[in-house]
Amino acid sequence: MDLSIAAFLAQDGVTNGAIYALLALALVLVFTVTRIIWVPSGEFVAYGTLTLAGLQLGKPPGTVGLLIGMALVAALVETIATLRRREARRLPARLALWLGLPLLIAALVWWAAPRGFSLPVQILLTLAAVTALGPLQYRIVYQPIADASVLVLLIVSVAVHFALTGLGLWFFGAEGSRTPAFTGASFQLGELTFSAQSLLVVATSVVLIGALYLFFGRTLHGKALRATAVNRVGARLVGISPSFAGVLTFVLAALLCAFSGVLIGPITTVYYDSGFLVSLKGFVGAIIGGLVSYPLAAAGALLVGLLESFSSFWASAFKEVIVFTLIIPVLLWRSLATHHHEEEE
Amino acid sequence: MRIAGTRVAAIAFVLALAAVPLAAPPFWVTLGNYIGLYSIVALGIVLLTGVAGQTSFGQAAFVGLGAYTTAYLTTRFGTSPWLTLPAGLLLTLAVALALGFITLRMQGHYLPLATIAWGISIALLFGNLDWLGGHTGVTGIPPLAIGALDLKEERHLYVLIWAITLVALWATHNLLDSRPGRALRALKGGLEMAEAFGVNGARLKIIAFVYAALLACVSGWLYAHLQRFVNPTPFGINQGIEYLFMAVVGGAGSVWGAVLGATLITLLKQVLQDALPALLGRAGNFENVVFGVLMILLLQFARNGVWPWVARLLPRRTSPPVPDAAPLAARDKHARGDGALLEVKAARKVFGGLVAVNDLTFDIREGEILGLIGPNGAGKSTTFALISGALRLSAGDIVFHGESIGSRAPYRIARLGIGRTFQHVRLLPQMSVLDNVALGAYLRGRAGVLRAALRLDRTEERRVRAAAAREIARVGLSAHLHDDAGSLPLGMQRIVEIARALAADPTLLLLDEPAAGLRYLEKQALADLLRALRDEGMTILLVEHDMEFVMGLTDRLIVMDFGEKLAEGAPAQIQRDPRVLEAYLGGV
Repeated sequence: MDLSIAAFLAQDGVTNGAIYALLALALVLVFTVTRIIWVPSGEFVAYGTLTLAGLQLGKPPGTVGLLIGMALVAALVETIATLRRREARRLPARLALWLGLPLLIAALVWWAAPRGFSLPVQILLTLAAVTALGPLQYRIVYQPIADASVLVLLIVSVAVHFALTGLGLWFFGAEGSRTPAFTGASFQLGELTFSAQSLLVVATSVVLIGALYLFFGRTLHGKALRATAVNRVGARLVGISPSFAGVLTFVLAALLCAFSGVLIGPITTVYYDSGFLVSLKGFVGAIIGGLVSYPLAAAGALLVGLLESFSSFWASAFKEVIVFTLIIPVLLWRSLATHHHEEEE
Repeated sequence: MRIAGTRVAAIAFVLALAAVPLAAPPFWVTLGNYIGLYSIVALGIVLLTGVAGQTSFGQAAFVGLGAYTTAYLTTRFGTSPWLTLPAGLLLTLAVALALGFITLRMQGHYLPLATIAWGISIALLFGNLDWLGGHTGVTGIPPLAIGALDLKEERHLYVLIWAITLVALWATHNLLDSRPGRALRALKGGLEMAEAFGVNGARLKIIAFVYAALLACVSGWLYAHLQRFVNPTPFGINQGIEYLFMAVVGGAGSVWGAVLGATLITLLKQVLQDALPALLGRAGNFENVVFGVLMILLLQFARNGVWPWVARLLPRRTSPPVPDAAPLAARDKHARGDGALLEVKAARKVFGGLVAVNDLTFDIREGEILGLIGPNGAGKSTTFALISGALRLSAGDIVFHGESIGSRAPYRIARLGIGRTFQHVRLLPQMSVLDNVALGAYLRGRAGVLRAALRLDRTEERRVRAAAAREIARVGLSAHLHDDAGSLPLGMQRIVEIARALAADPTLLLLDEPAAGLRYLEKQALADLLRALRDEGMTILLVEHDMEFVMGLTDRLIVMDFGEKLAEGAPAQIQRDPRVLEAYLGGV
């Protein structure tokens, strides 16, 4: 291996790592605030790519159907919950939020699909559509069991992953999709070639991470989420609603995943079930950060990207095996670094 | 008669099983075979997840180890399948031990994530190793044969599969109803408590993990000889997830839940695979959507699975009276006042910048009741935790019977004869009072997993149960022997805690606020009990807030304030001590 190959692999690894980092941050965010190990995050990545691909082809993407379906279920769940609590007066406002807003987004995407808008507009539509699925998922699946143990929430997450993969096949079909590169430009630096696409991906990730940092450090909602992450009961006592925190978390997390999907589209062909492996790579990164530390999670994700890229050069058939086996020494290290706590129930 | 009722249900089940190969169409036999294979794996998950609380999505990988080992050895070297089974079990044992040592040390949710990762890794490995046939797999696996009889036909293999399934059911059922079974059931939510009675939690978790892995391996071995070829697909992560679903759907709390879950999921899958493509007009794995939604609804509305509903229809097993049995070996108790039993030597505990216990020194003398009192935040509970091993000393030492216990794990301290209760009651609410107290006698029995599974532990088990029943009678709760511990009022639960500590036959009894939540008469009864214990030679350390209770009961008192010893002496002396009055009343 000479320097130019190494540089190429490193560039590849950092690009992928930057995408995994977004995912790792989403996973840490969801876990710290809601204690949910969000396995189905990968489906949001896949939906992101496939939605953008659909818009590029001028077809209404499967996301439209998915949004309508989930909005109807969420509306049903919300109606039952509201009537049980005898708060019928609040029902119209809640239905506007859980049914009206998603339907509006779905209609907008459906209307815009055949009109061939420019790429930035299509990306915005994609982000809106996929992000809307996040809070809907929280409302339907997780909010009713928000107090369950971490393990129950995890098993539910895996069940959601199962269901969403099947739904992905139904709504998006079995064909894989690739989205065109944002830019074909590249430039030389000495002997090394850098593609503008990679730089764009890395820059986008850095900007998003910076934005998250500001959100958590400087805004009231961000601080509320942090408070919930540190102490759920305490946060509730000072007036932060846990379901509001959950919904907000899922908005942010789904947005991060949708972004990952948009960024990964030009790099690799994405199928309806590709998300799982991507999300697990995010998990390996997040676990390096103990599922709680944002900077460590991002660094871990970068490491996963590099490892993947270099192992695909040396032993491409075993690329995934190597990446997922990495989790074993990582866990060993974490288990030595943290001391044992009594299981929460 | 009622016990016979459950027997009848079990016999009816076995007869129904036996009827399938004789009378049912071949397709039923095929389904029956798969249900048996899946049940074996799901049984392991019941023990690992339902009982011990450790979740694994990676069991399919162990099935694959069993299947590929026999596939490789029989086709490459012509090894007899009866030899490849032990070979596969050994390989699985090695892999499970290695994975278990690493992942089971972690908090609960890391294990399932790790199982997903290596579940994927192992399946990918099968598919990418050329000598294992890559993605096409291995064909031409010979059938099993018993003597001259080839088990080629599914009907014949059915008998073997279900014989093994029933043995696995029986063994797992036995295991749950035994000394290691009680400890396993305590792992979920009662680890700290169990360790205080000598259970080595880390070791037991690994045992549960290995047990589940070995069952999965057996299932894989049978699978390979049923199918006569293997490829990586059925050992991937999706199948691993389905195995867990089976156990959860059926009811992971009971061995029968495994069989029920395997049956339901297998039949449902069969129906859906036929019906969904016709219904939707498209081919694809749409049954996954139904499974996923089903699981979500189940966990939202019926977290314990389907089995509890079925169990309600079956005749209830009544609890038999506990027959008396020979007493277990007991420790020598010491006569009163012949020296220090436990010495706390300049013990120190620092949390960050806070010195919770500051170079504390005192003795507990043999055969006395020593009270440890002090205002809130004085460091009493920390001191208690240091002695019981729940917290590690920052400096200093604690010596029991001349042996340093300052740096020992709680389960090793328990072995020396120190029993304790918990300030916040730590009973296993779903288990009977008898089982809870019997857990206290964990160290007085010796039966291991193997003996328990094969039911060779019955003599010892009778003695343990009789000993537990005696302690329950002694604290006056015989009427509640078979009640669920969680159904008792809090005051009684505290008394059960004391019975459990007594069942361990300690020489030193550590009681953390035993009188909290008791009514006046109950307190008097407790004081009488503790005096009687002392008169039999037991040494007791009491951390308590209730002054009246402490003053009337203890021989000596240690008063703590701000992590230091403020005063020491007889209760009457302490009551007049000006420093103590100042600490409690803020200066008079």
